[in-house]
This record gives sequence, C-alpha cells and structure tokens, in this order.
Amino acid sequence: MHPDRFATSSDRDLRVAVQWATATNEAVRVLRDPVKRAALLCERHGHPVDAESNTSMPSPFLIQQMAWREALDEARDSGDPAALETLRRSLDSARTNLSQRVERAIDHQQNWAEAVAAVREWMFVERFADAVEAAEFALG
Amino acid sequence: MALLQIAEPGQSSAPHEHRLAIGIDLGTTNSLVATVRSGLPEVIIDESGRALLPSAVWYRANHAPVVGEGALANRITDPRNVVVSVKRWMGRSLSEIDSLADLGDSGPRSPVQVSAEILKTLRERAEQALGAAPDSLGIRHQEIMGAVITVPAHFDDAQRQATKDAARLAGIPVLRLLNEPTAAAIAYGLDQQAQGRFVVYDLGGGTFDVSILQLSRGVFEVLSTGGDTALGGDDFDRTLFEHLTGLIRPAARSGATPSALSDTDTSALSDADKSALRVESRRVKELLSTLAEVHVDFTLPSGLHLVAVVTAAEFETMSAALLNRTILTTRRALRDAGMQAGDADGVVLVGGATRMRAVRRAVADLFGREPLTNLDPDQVVALGAAMQANLLVGNRAPGDDWLLLDVIPLSLGLETMGGLVERILARNTTIPAARAQEFTTFKDGQTAMAVHVVQGERELVADCRSLGRFELRGIPPMVAGAARIQVTFQVDADGLLSVSARELSSGVEASVTVKPSYGLGDEAIAQMLTDAFGHAEEDARLRSLHEQAVDAERLLLATQTAIDQDGQLLSVADQALIGQRMAELSVLREALKDVDALRAGIAALSAATEGFAAARMDQAVRQALAGRRVEDLDTSV
Repeated sequence: MHPDRFATSSDRDLRVAVQWATATNEAVRVLRDPVKRAALLCERHGHPVDAESNTSMPSPFLIQQMAWREALDEARDSGDPAALETLRRSLDSARTNLSQRVERAIDHQQNWAEAVAAVREWMFVERFADAVEAAEFALG
Repeated sequence: MALLQIAEPGQSSAPHEHRLAIGIDLGTTNSLVATVRSGLPEVIIDESGRALLPSAVWYRANHAPVVGEGALANRITDPRNVVVSVKRWMGRSLSEIDSLADLGDSGPRSPVQVSAEILKTLRERAEQALGAAPDSLGIRHQEIMGAVITVPAHFDDAQRQATKDAARLAGIPVLRLLNEPTAAAIAYGLDQQAQGRFVVYDLGGGTFDVSILQLSRGVFEVLSTGGDTALGGDDFDRTLFEHLTGLIRPAARSGATPSALSDTDTSALSDADKSALRVESRRVKELLSTLAEVHVDFTLPSGLHLVAVVTAAEFETMSAALLNRTILTTRRALRDAGMQAGDADGVVLVGGATRMRAVRRAVADLFGREPLTNLDPDQVVALGAAMQANLLVGNRAPGDDWLLLDVIPLSLGLETMGGLVERILARNTTIPAARAQEFTTFKDGQTAMAVHVVQGERELVADCRSLGRFELRGIPPMVAGAARIQVTFQVDADGLLSVSARELSSGVEASVTVKPSYGLGDEAIAQMLTDAFGHAEEDARLRSLHEQAVDAERLLLATQTAIDQDGQLLSVADQALIGQRMAELSVLREALKDVDALRAGIAALSAATEGFAAARMDQAVRQALAGRRVEDLDTSV
C-alpha cells in the first residue's frame, strides 16, 4: 500500500495509498516510541495521561526541572557545548530511570496511577530534551 | 485510473512490455541520466561517449541556450552569460540571485528555467538512446513513462518543489523525487545484497548530505539524515581560488615591482580572469586527489601571471574547516539514528568531491573502517535512481522488489504568537506522514487566522525557512480561546508538504499545497509550458493525444490485470459494464484521433471501476494485515 506501488496510477489511487501509508507510519511511530507507547497503554487501560489538562507535578520533579532549565539557559548564554553535553547526559539517565519505572508499573505491578505519573514526567523530560537539542542546533 | 494495481512481488502481472523509465541525477556540477536495460542499470552516454553533462547553460540573445560542455567552453570568454552551479539557487526567488537576474542580453532566468534546460538536454539524450525520440513527422512511437529525479536529502520543501517544477517545464513526468543518498544506497544495497546499517556520505559539487539507512529484506529504511545544502566541492575550489589569487604577480612586462595582490583584493581581476582562475583551481584540486603536489604556471587572460606550487598537505590544511563541518553533520545524523560511529556496517562514499584524499581519510578515521568506493561516485546516484524508476513503472522481475521508507530532513512547523515555531512534524519522521494539531484564537471575536508554515530546527521563525502563508477566514466570532482550529500537515512520498486548516465547530476550511515564496506559481509554470510547447499548436495537440493514449493503455492494462486477479469481486452486471467500456476505449485508442473523446473514454472506464477498486483495496488490506504481528509490519508495509 506504499504510494510507490501506485506511482503510475491515478491521482485518486495515489491519494488513497498515501493515506494508508500515512496511517501505518503513524502507528509504527507510536509503537516504536516508548513514551507514546506507554501513554497509549495507559489510555487503553482506562487511565488516560491527559498531558494537556493535567499538569500538576510532584515538587521534587519541578525543582529538578527548574535546575535543568537554568543549566540550559546558562549553557545557551555562554555558548558552551560541553555544558550542553553534560545536560544531555543527565537527561539520558533520567530517561533510563523513567523507562524502568514505567516498565515496572505497567508490566509487573499493573499500577496505572504510578504509570501515568511516570509517563507524564517522561513527557516533560522529552520536551526538555527537544529544547536542549534546539540549543545545540543554534550553536551549530 | 481508478483501478488499483496490487501486484504481489514475484507474481508477474499481465503480458507486459518493457516500459521506458529513467533516473536523473541533477547535480550542481554535473548531471547524468541512467536507465535499466536487460535488468542492469547503466548510465546513458552522449554521442561523444560522455556520461557526465556539465550543469552549465550558456544564454545568448536570439539563440537557443547551449547546455553542457558547449556552455562551459564559453565560460572564460563570456562569463556573464554562462550559468553554472544553478542548483545552489533552487527554491530561491530571482530577487535573491543577482547573477541570474542579469544575464546579458537574453534577460533574466529563474533557477527553475535554467534547470529545465539541463533536464531537457538529458531527456533528449535518453530519448535518442532509448528509441523514444519523435520521428520525422514529429510523432513519438514510444514515450518515456516517467523519471525519478534525485535531490539532496537536505533539500527543503521549496527546493523540492522547484526541482519538480523544472521537470514539468522540461516535459518530464516525475514518478518520484528521490533523496540522493537513498538512491546511492539502492545502487549499493542491491548490488551487494547488503543487510545492516549503512552510512552514505555524499559530497557533491554544491551540496553535502549524509543519510543513515537500515537495510533489511528489501526494505531501505532511512533512520536519519543531515546535511548542508550550501557546502560542496565548489567550496573546496574556492579555498584554492583564494589561495591562488594571493599568489598572483603583476605581469613582468608591466615593469612594476612584483608584489602580491592582497588576499581579498580580487578587484584587479577581470571577470574573465576570475573564470579562468576558477577553472584552474578545480583542475589543481582534481590533480591533488592523486598527486602529492601540483606546479601551477598559468597566464590569466589579462596577462597576469601565476607561478606556484600547491602541495596536498597545504590543500588539506586549507580545507580542514570545510571537512570538519561535514564530520559534525555526520555525527549529528549518527546521534539522530541512535548510533555510534562504530556501529555502522558499512560506509558508502558518493559524489565526485569524495575523490579528495582528505575526505576519504576523514571518513575512514571517523568510522574506523575503509569506506566503500567500488561504484563510480559520480554515477552511483543516477544508477540508483534508474533502478527506482524501473521499479515504479512496473518493470519488476520476479523476486526483484524493494521498498523505500524515507524521512523528512527538517522539521515542519507553524509560527505562533511571538514569532516562535510550533513544531508539527519532527525531522526524520518517516514519510508519507500527516499530523494534526489544534490551535485557538487569541482575541475575542477573531474571525480570521494567518497560518505561516516554516521549516527548520530553530525556535525562532526568523531563523527558519519560510515556506508559505495562508489565511483561514470565516471563523465564527467567539471569545478568545473558544475556537478550535485544526491544522493538518501532510507530507507525501516525495517529501512535499500540503497544509490545511479547519475550524472544527463551524467546519470552515482553507488549504494550500505549499508553493513557497520563490516566485513561481502554478500559473507562471503553465505559461512557461505554453511558451515552450505552444509554438506549434499541432505539436501540442499531438502531444496530448499521445499522452491520453498512454493513459488509456495503462488503464486498460491495469483493468484487465485486476479482472484476471480479482474478477470474483465483481457482479455479472458490473463485469459486463466494465467490459463494454474497455472495448469502447480500445477503439478510441486505436483510432488515435480525438483527444476529447479519448479523455471521456478514460473517465468513463475509471468511473465504472471505482467500486471495484475500493473492493480490491479492502481485500488487499485485509490480506496484508491478517494474522501479522506488529513487529513484522514496519518492514513489510
């Protein structure tokens, strides 16, 4: 159903193929991405993550976030690639921890409240990782 | 054509003749065209046996433009009217490009027009070689069904659109735009039956690309891509050019004390001098790929003289900064793919500029292994494109099948309040892809919303490339934040974007296929096409008649194949109707007289087969998905 199979077909067939392939790519994207997959699993078990409406976070996590943000601002201002690298490493270890937390909560404990909490923190971390990456791009 | 051609690999459909398809590598410095003959890809050479067509066009008033060697030959005597490296300007408007706006007496030319001249020359070369050229009556007995044209993986949407427009202008039906590194991977991967993760390092005349691909069981999946559309062999020439300029001595006969012109002062050089020196710089660079040092003893057109020795080590020092940029980009692509340099199962070098020894050494150092260079780095992209074109038109030998899963090179997003970018589709998202996001109004009673589409990785709109703007009007007045405006981005398999916006409570809708602001709208292109083909109306009529005939034939063939395979899905009445429409269309096609009747016949048959097509799609999807595990799907779709 990939559009390349319809390269010489009509526009309409090509559009249908594009839609199918798009849907498939989207499915694969969700399944491959541990955060999205975890969020989907929670939702399927009746515990939606509601990332947009539910933004209250435990305070230790918020404090950690603020420390990271400050570190990012400093790194950006000083244009220091090494500082960004350090930040990236601490993000990576946070990601690993969260992934283990989610795995425990979903696969072993079926503790959905804990899974949802961890997934939400994880989403924050990923969004922050995007900001770090943008800063790295700006540095070149 | 309404009918779906669901051909299973290895199960050849219908009696099929070989369809003509070509792959075109439209390069900064050189362009090539290739095709697959007797199952093997080969580059098509011109009557003098040359594979490479220099991407140069010479414009003169009242003369047809000259493309290739003939244009290059005039570069020194008529530098203002010879356009080279036009690919660097693709997707830019004329106001951004001085050199093209001021082309001697022949008037300004857009990059799309210049590229179209090059493509036209390649098309003619292919037609000659494949027996598809018009005969003495101007009738084509065989048509090139389509072309795959390669673009740098890092080309943004504007640059891709411009390339597609150039092909249209040159009368080439485009089957697909293909990323250059992906094309190279096809040529290598299929050649070597490779499996694993491969890095393609592609340094061309004007662009640098790096792509990381996962090859498994006939699926070429691009994991990440990176690059720089303004970095290539030309830049290495320029460092040499600047170096050599600094060594020029005034001519001995002038009697003045010999003193070097300052590094930056090239004002003493005429245009012809600079052209000659550029050609010399490139010659020196190429020699340094094999020699340890090159002696330059060269007189410029104005009589200035240049004697110098350039060593390979000196050249390496001069170009270190440029090389380093490619290595940084490569590292980033590795990181995007979640890999270390040591994880690569192979590294492929593509592009003439990878002949430089310094490039080979830097790549080998980074990956800890010697790069693969067994296919000609100038030809490998065109060969891969030809293989893909051959596959797309359906010349598939049993068991000979593969699928490309490519990605978008740069994130696509929207401008939000404060000049910030809201990223909708992240870079390295597999295409085709679509994503919808909801936005809302900012002010009470707001009835319109401007949508500004941008591409790039930076947070500020000002730092990204603007692709286009449109407005969604007619939003019912509501309090700020109450309207729900859904903006959908859709990127097709060519990497081209279309955007639509819709207010969900009222259903008001607006959409654009992003036609970026580089200055060529559909109308302008249509006009140019008319200019190009309209000289003889008869020509145009014959052309469209033949196009329709090809379409009719394709539809008839596909319908017959579908009936042979899935005829059981049709009711007796439907089958009779389709049979009748097929017979009518066959008659019209044989007669080859009336374009409108032929077009109507095609439409009638298409309409009759719509339900059938839907039924077949349902069945195909059911069969494809039944009993499959999710892990298997990503490599088999």
